[in-house]
Amino acid sequence: MIPQQESDFNLNHLKLYYGKLFPFADLCRWVSYGNDANHPGCDQSYMGRREFSFTLVDDIYLRFQSFNNVHELENSVKEKSPVKIDIGPVYSVDPAKRYAYAQSENNVFTPVERELIFDIDMTDYDDVRYCCSGADVCLVCWPLMTIAIKVIDTALRDDFGFKHVLWVYSGRRGVHCWVCDGKARRLSNEQRGAIADYFRVYKGNENSHKKVSLTGAALHPFLATSYTNVLKDYFEKNLLTGQNLLATEERYEKILSMIPDESIASELRGRWQDGRRSSSAKEDINVVRWEQLKQLLQSGKHKAQGLRRCVEEIVFCFTYPRLDMEVSKHMNHLLKAPFCVHPKTGRVCVPIDPSRCDEFDPTTVPTLSQLIEELNYESSRSDVDGELNRTSLGNAITLFRSSFLQPLLKACKSCLEVTSIDTIKRWNVHSTVELSRSILTLIFSYNCNRSSGERKELA
Amino acid sequence: MEIFRPQSRRNILSSSSDAVSVPTIPLYRSAPSLDVRLEEFESFAIDRLRVLKGISDGMSRGKKPEEMENLVKDLWKVNMRQQHASEVLHKDIISHFALRLVYCRTEDLRKWFLSMESALFRYRFRLLKNAEAQRAVMEEFDLPYRAVSNVEFESIKEKLGQVARSTGQPLPTADAIFYKVPFEEVPELVAGRKVLISQGYAYVAMNQIVSLVATLFRSQLSKTLILTNRKWTSSIREQEKHRLTPIVEAMCSSYLGPDYSQSREYADISLKDIDQVAKSSFPLCMRHLFDKLKEDHHLKHGGRMQLGLFLKGVGLNLDDALAFWRAEFSKKVGLEKFEKQYAYGIRHNYGKEGKRTDYSPYSCTKIISSTPGTGDHHGCPYRHFSEENLRAALGRMGVNSRAMEDVIDKARNRHYQLACTLTFEALHGMPCDAGINHPNQYFSDSRKILQSKA
Ligand code: SF4
Ligand SMILES: [Zn+2]
Repeated sequence: MIPQQESDFNLNHLKLYYGKLFPFADLCRWVSYGNDANHPGCDQSYMGRREFSFTLVDDIYLRFQSFNNVHELENSVKEKSPVKIDIGPVYSVDPAKRYAYAQSENNVFTPVERELIFDIDMTDYDDVRYCCSGADVCLVCWPLMTIAIKVIDTALRDDFGFKHVLWVYSGRRGVHCWVCDGKARRLSNEQRGAIADYFRVYKGNENSHKKVSLTGAALHPFLATSYTNVLKDYFEKNLLTGQNLLATEERYEKILSMIPDESIASELRGRWQDGRRSSSAKEDINVVRWEQLKQLLQSGKHKAQGLRRCVEEIVFCFTYPRLDMEVSKHMNHLLKAPFCVHPKTGRVCVPIDPSRCDEFDPTTVPTLSQLIEELNYESSRSDVDGELNRTSLGNAITLFRSSFLQPLLKACKSCLEVTSIDTIKRWNVHSTVELSRSILTLIFSYNCNRSSGERKELA
Repeated sequence: MEIFRPQSRRNILSSSSDAVSVPTIPLYRSAPSLDVRLEEFESFAIDRLRVLKGISDGMSRGKKPEEMENLVKDLWKVNMRQQHASEVLHKDIISHFALRLVYCRTEDLRKWFLSMESALFRYRFRLLKNAEAQRAVMEEFDLPYRAVSNVEFESIKEKLGQVARSTGQPLPTADAIFYKVPFEEVPELVAGRKVLISQGYAYVAMNQIVSLVATLFRSQLSKTLILTNRKWTSSIREQEKHRLTPIVEAMCSSYLGPDYSQSREYADISLKDIDQVAKSSFPLCMRHLFDKLKEDHHLKHGGRMQLGLFLKGVGLNLDDALAFWRAEFSKKVGLEKFEKQYAYGIRHNYGKEGKRTDYSPYSCTKIISSTPGTGDHHGCPYRHFSEENLRAALGRMGVNSRAMEDVIDKARNRHYQLACTLTFEALHGMPCDAGINHPNQYFSDSRKILQSKA
């Protein structure tokens, strides 16, 4: 278990962390998406329209902070020492000046770009993990997060065609995902909602994860691939025994209750109740019981629809990612910035490499006090490299740069170069809009002079 | 009669009308260049509004797609009927553009209009049935998508089949047409996992194309509504201050049912039956005011207006009304004060005092949008009560627990009139297909049912 390390969070340490270690420049290069260069296609106002928000000690919450460049951000963070930094959307105008705009006739203060984000939190899995609950995580339940990363990451890349996907440890009990492709950043709320729903298999309202219902004669290819490539193996080779899913009566009853055919459920119950260990005592009881269940449900005589699907439903229920839908559906949700320090655990929100996510161990993520210690120790020795490389944060930052930031900026650069052409194309698309607007000219005989506000939107 | 005179007088519609009239759906991309009479502007708009309100009602009742299809067909036939096909098209276009102006003005109005117009478009497209007509509409959209080539089809055939089976569709045949579309353009199909998605593209089958065109329709309309709104606030509202603005501003809240200001059945109810009739036939809003009046012997102004005009509408004549209010109020404020302070207002409602205008009973829309303060009892309980109070009130009315959940659910989702309709249906054991739009309609529908049973 990761203990609640309240004591590990120390405001002086945090100041030191912001002063010496926090990668301000990398963060800003990321959220500028190449607009901080000198290319003519760059939008110099881009970074300044992004909302940051700070949580200060004593729960003081500063929303709608904005910064034109890395220096402004760095100075402000160093001055205020926020315990948490959140990143919001890019707005149509500088969010710090939103009141000035709100007073004009057309309220133009609106989010225009936002990474597609996902928030997966272990507390949502409390009904399928027996090792710990609530805010705690351990190596027995962490595979649930690994599964989530694998399933969602694969679909984001293979199905939706996204390339720049950043996974970050949330510092305590979950993971965050940032999809940063230009196309992802410009999705409407409706389109975000559609993607979130594509990932949803839980029936009932959005907050209930209790029931998985797989209908239809086949699984959608996305679900089928997730099942065969990830869920099934993790369930059978990891969670089944790790969580002892069938070891006690209370636990197997939970699974039996998911079998729609009462006679099969009671047959299994009968076999499991007398506690008689079949075949060899060496075999894990969970595995034995799971095999019996599968065999009964998938055997020829129970070909009936729904029963065969039942095995899959059980696996989905115990493994499939549980997303916080609301976070993904709306552009203006805030999400904690990578490299923040979790105020409860003291752990740094480090990036996770999705291709090696099964190696990620939340219990070895560097903590604030550990980093400060390393800093102190190292500074007593000769000063060779930058501070960063000398602490265990170095690896995390290297990973951030090499697997995420560099490919992203490369893509942004080539994208900015074609922007001017793109703008012209978009003007053309909007000419149909112009046409419908002529209703006003035609019916009401007015001259439509395009106002400057419209020009801004069209451009 | 006023006529808008456009600068250009090309008449697109008349030239197209001599072609064989293929029933098609305009995309409202360009405005018609034709003269519009002011009264046509308004009446066409109201007819279309009836269609849209009907759709809204059907959707919030959770009707299935096939039922919606029939509903839309009927609504369209009833409300948009004109002598010639070209006139229907004319009316279709004028009414759309008129409502666009009405509904461009606030975020909420735009949202409502956008979803109703998109639904209307969707079902009209579905109703085209024949693939040729559908393809014609698609062509007008100028969709940049290509059908999937044979080679590509072969390579993904298996997965397409998997999707078809997962959604209960027949397996795609070898000559089936699929369009390869950026997934963002078919959010609905993505959300329902109704399509194969690969490398950013959705593979949309011919019979799913409605979703694609409806989405396009919606996004175009959404953009134009915002532009129209800018134009409205920057110039039209002011310039049309005396002509269009009043029409436009009144229309979105307009109540479309019959006029209850002059009850045809005056003296239909008399004082002695009123208690019993209130129990059996008053909608909850009136029942609540009525009960509160009996309990407190007093109602504040808003409540007196809402109940007083309603009672006038159900046929209580002035003398009875005075007697009714006097009997209650005098218990609290005394006879003298009643005559001095309150009798005037009642006569006023009947047009016997002051400006002598005949006040109309309030419609649901008006009641629902009122803002009762502390000590006020007017308003619509489905909107203004807490869930707990609403449950208690419905229980007192005699709504059984099964219907109760439906009613509460509708109220929670802010379908107040629908909640009221379901209450009506539960209490009368009869469907009320038109829905409740006016407390006096609730009353008269209820009387009709009860009298036919008696
Ligand atoms: S819906 Fe209309 S009739 Fe029903 S309670 Fe509300 S205001 Fe009264
Ligand atoms: Zn655990």
